[in-house]
Amino acid sequence: MSTMTHSAATALDLLTSLDAALWTIVGRSLAVSATACLLACGMGLVLGAWLGVARFAGRGAVLAVLNTLLAVPSVVVGLGVYLLLSRSGPLGAWGWLFSFKAMVLAQTLLVLPVVTALTRQVVDDADRAHGEQLQSLGARPLLRSLLLAWDERYALLTVLLAAFGRAISEVGAVMIVGGNIDGFTRVMTTAIALETSKGDLPLALALGLVLLAVVLALNMCIAGLRRWRERTDGAAVAGAAAVAA
Amino acid sequence: MSAVPAAAAVPPLFDLQGVGLRHGRVQALAGIDLRVWPGERLALVGANGSGKSSLLRVLHGLARPTSGQLLRDAGFRQAMLFQRPFMLRASALHNVALGLWLGGHRWAEARGLALQALGRVGLADAAAQSARTLSGGQQQRLALARAWARRPDLLLLDEPTASLDPHAKREVEALMAEFAAGPAGNGTGAALPVTMVFSSHNLGQVKRLASRVVYLEHGRIMADRPVHDFFHGPLPEAARLFVKGELV
Repeated sequence: MSTMTHSAATALDLLTSLDAALWTIVGRSLAVSATACLLACGMGLVLGAWLGVARFAGRGAVLAVLNTLLAVPSVVVGLGVYLLLSRSGPLGAWGWLFSFKAMVLAQTLLVLPVVTALTRQVVDDADRAHGEQLQSLGARPLLRSLLLAWDERYALLTVLLAAFGRAISEVGAVMIVGGNIDGFTRVMTTAIALETSKGDLPLALALGLVLLAVVLALNMCIAGLRRWRERTDGAAVAGAAAVAA
Repeated sequence: MSAVPAAAAVPPLFDLQGVGLRHGRVQALAGIDLRVWPGERLALVGANGSGKSSLLRVLHGLARPTSGQLLRDAGFRQAMLFQRPFMLRASALHNVALGLWLGGHRWAEARGLALQALGRVGLADAAAQSARTLSGGQQQRLALARAWARRPDLLLLDEPTASLDPHAKREVEALMAEFAAGPAGNGTGAALPVTMVFSSHNLGQVKRLASRVVYLEHGRIMADRPVHDFFHGPLPEAARLFVKGELV
């Protein structure tokens, strides 16, 4: 218990004293995950929106694979990217292994199915409810999918936050393709794993607290967004009722 | 089966010959023979599930007939209104302008035309308001503005007043009458008013707005009469009971 208390006190000290090593790791973690999410969202939102309205032979199989990828372990993604980027792999010539880029690539591939599948679901539901009316105005499938995605932007913002949460909290993929190199590819989750194994609990705990704070901030964003939407929709319904009365 | 055409000198907008529509095991439409003439106001009536909405969707190209033949006069413009209009999470003005933009207008031009259309339905003051915050009646007027702005020759309406309160019903019905009396977008090349095909459960509304009534049952046309004959002439038993209000 005393170790726990001592570790927590040291962790708080590291946080409040703006310890350079700690905040460098935090910054790198945020940079890797934010870049990966931006890339995954750029592709996943468009692909998911299109899958939401497109009807083609084999769509069911594609969706089954996509939904399966939601549950793929991060270490498996890491292993796949490692094989791609290793010296003898097809992308070995890029020289990305054990670099920032490799970690971004791994997290992008990890998060892409999340963004795509959830966007597909949101847009599919919207299309079933309203797609015919957009079609009657002359919107072709791709444009319809983008219009519906824009219309569901608040729901999709929650998807993006969920994707960022998945990226920032994973450890397996970045450990394998980043190598946890001090000052280069060490991020919060890999640092926690390493420091814990070394017995340096204060730094691990401090990083854990920051990670928790980031995830908490994400959850608060989602909750705030939900409350704001409920208030907006409530105001809309109340306004409509007042006008009707 | 078709009633006397309103304007036999011009070709029909639509000529449906034995049209059927099947969704899986459900036969939504069967053996539909129907001609829609320019300038007429055709009401589709019948119980729920009789095929009114399916027929409108076929006419608007939202569903492809699974049997029979649908011949469409080339070149005319059409628009459709739904019972619950869908408005994007944007202003009333942008919703109307979007419809025009999708129809091929440039955005700046679309905004100007959209403002005019909003004025025609009495929503000019609500142009900047979020469309989702408008009442049901206002949203249906907005949908009419969206259709109006596109200057259609044919307007299809699927129970446009079914989910509205009496006051909003009257407002929308008045606009429908005004719309139908106005000139067509002239894609038909004929100096005729807008053609209107609408479905309704409101027989008073049908009497007030329609020039011709088609009664549907189980996806088939059971009666097709000019409006006066439909309400005062002999009808098949099911249609007669429907008019008497004993079949809903």
